[in-house]
Amino acid sequence: MSSRREGASRSRTLLAHRLAGWLQHHRLSAADSLLKVLDNPFASVLTWLVIGIALALPVGLDQVMDNAGRLGASWDHPAQLSLFLREDIDGAQAQALAARVAGRADVEAASFLARDAALEEFSTLSGFADVLASMPQNPLPNLLLVTPAPGLEDAALLQALHADLAALDEVDEAVLDMAWLQRLRGLIDLGRRAALVLGAMLVLGVVLILGNTIRLSIESRREEIVVVKLVGGSNAFVRRPFLYTGLWYGSGGGLVAGLLVWGALWYLGEPVARLAALYGSSFELAGPGVMGVLNLVILGGLLGLAGAWLAVARHLSAIEPGAGRA
Amino acid sequence: MITFDRVSKRYGEGHDALREVSVEIDRDELVFLTGHSGAGKSTLLRLIMLMDRPTRGRVLVDGRDLAGVGPRGIPRHRRDIGVVFQNHQLLFDRSVFDNVALPLVIAGFDHREIGRRVRAALGKVGLHERERAMPVTLSGGEQQRVGIARAVVGRPKILLADEPTGNLDPALSAEIMRLFEDFNRVGVTVLIASHDLVLVSRLHHRILTLREGRLVRGSAP
Repeated sequence: MSSRREGASRSRTLLAHRLAGWLQHHRLSAADSLLKVLDNPFASVLTWLVIGIALALPVGLDQVMDNAGRLGASWDHPAQLSLFLREDIDGAQAQALAARVAGRADVEAASFLARDAALEEFSTLSGFADVLASMPQNPLPNLLLVTPAPGLEDAALLQALHADLAALDEVDEAVLDMAWLQRLRGLIDLGRRAALVLGAMLVLGVVLILGNTIRLSIESRREEIVVVKLVGGSNAFVRRPFLYTGLWYGSGGGLVAGLLVWGALWYLGEPVARLAALYGSSFELAGPGVMGVLNLVILGGLLGLAGAWLAVARHLSAIEPGAGRA
Repeated sequence: MITFDRVSKRYGEGHDALREVSVEIDRDELVFLTGHSGAGKSTLLRLIMLMDRPTRGRVLVDGRDLAGVGPRGIPRHRRDIGVVFQNHQLLFDRSVFDNVALPLVIAGFDHREIGRRVRAALGKVGLHERERAMPVTLSGGEQQRVGIARAVVGRPKILLADEPTGNLDPALSAEIMRLFEDFNRVGVTVLIASHDLVLVSRLHHRILTLREGRLVRGSAP
């Protein structure tokens, strides 16, 4: 009885001891492979850049599409009607017309943009001030900007409103500004799909690149692997450092990708804000954020593991002390 | 401890490396294995290490038929055997200490125990003050002693050596052989392949001689 209890406690210690040894080897492998990666900075940085760029492309594209989607959604009134008034309509008549149109049930607001104000704005923003000044008269018409009522999303109702307004006496031309928005949404959808396809291909590329990098590192350590196997190292033991190497390459690449996307958006941020200001919007580019970068690091790490696993499964078992007889 | 029962090994190209070899090596024995190069010495060691499988016949180590050891059992089997190679097979990118520690790291010992055992093994081969050295800075004889320390650090029941004195001068060779005798004295079964007949016959141990794959001398103790 006591000997059995002793045996049980010994096997427990043995198990604890083996677990400790296993954890210790994980720690050692992780640290060793990180040191090996850092020991060869030029090659490692190249690998990180390759992976970083490959990941940054689809992620950056997706980020741009995200921003474009936000931009599209930020228009509460997706459609706007521009009424270009006849030449002979003066400011007072135009104001009266604006009030009349704004009174309609299917219109939320109508604002009047006088031709002189429009010319002034255009000449300061466009840089064509000299050309415009040399013109004998203001080429711009008076403009009425009509915002349909919020419920009026339906294209047919908008078309009816458009027809009504176009038929007004004072109106020279009525333009329903909707096509561009539909096009924008179509483009965003297309862009997202492109990002997905590009992403799938580049992710596969990253796995293969990492697989190849790990394969080279396996080749260069062939003798070491033989020795380790000869003194009783299991396949799992031999595999471990290579899986960690893949993890380091992958997560480093993910970090590079995150920084690239973040940097690119930062670089674009100012011109975009300026452009948005031109359109009277306070739109700002959203970056990937800390979580986004962290996700990229994790994604990169997983891809690195996958690539390393691929290489290890394919090449490690081929290295046996028995192969190639001395 | 080691039993060969009518073991033959034929390699793919029709070359018979071992023919009908039967031999029994006892637990406390030190046995030399001699013969010209190509006579089958290495093949015999490789079969014990499970680097190769016999074409016919059975190999038993510590009472266990090696035919029953699958690929997953090979690492555990090898951990019970210490091996010394002619070309040392040291890892040149790590220190003497780390080389000797390798079998213990593989077996999952904790680092305090590893430190103790490595120092004991290095002390035994007379290299305790060189543990931080890199293998390239050592002489051939010292490198071989590091290899021996690595082979015995896991306290194996069996110690195999393939031409351990192949590149050493006679004085160093004799010293290495004395080390093997020391290990044998504490109960390790030792099998040494060597073509150095002069050295081998001076030491009074059983000698197995292979010629063209056949055992021509020493099959019985």
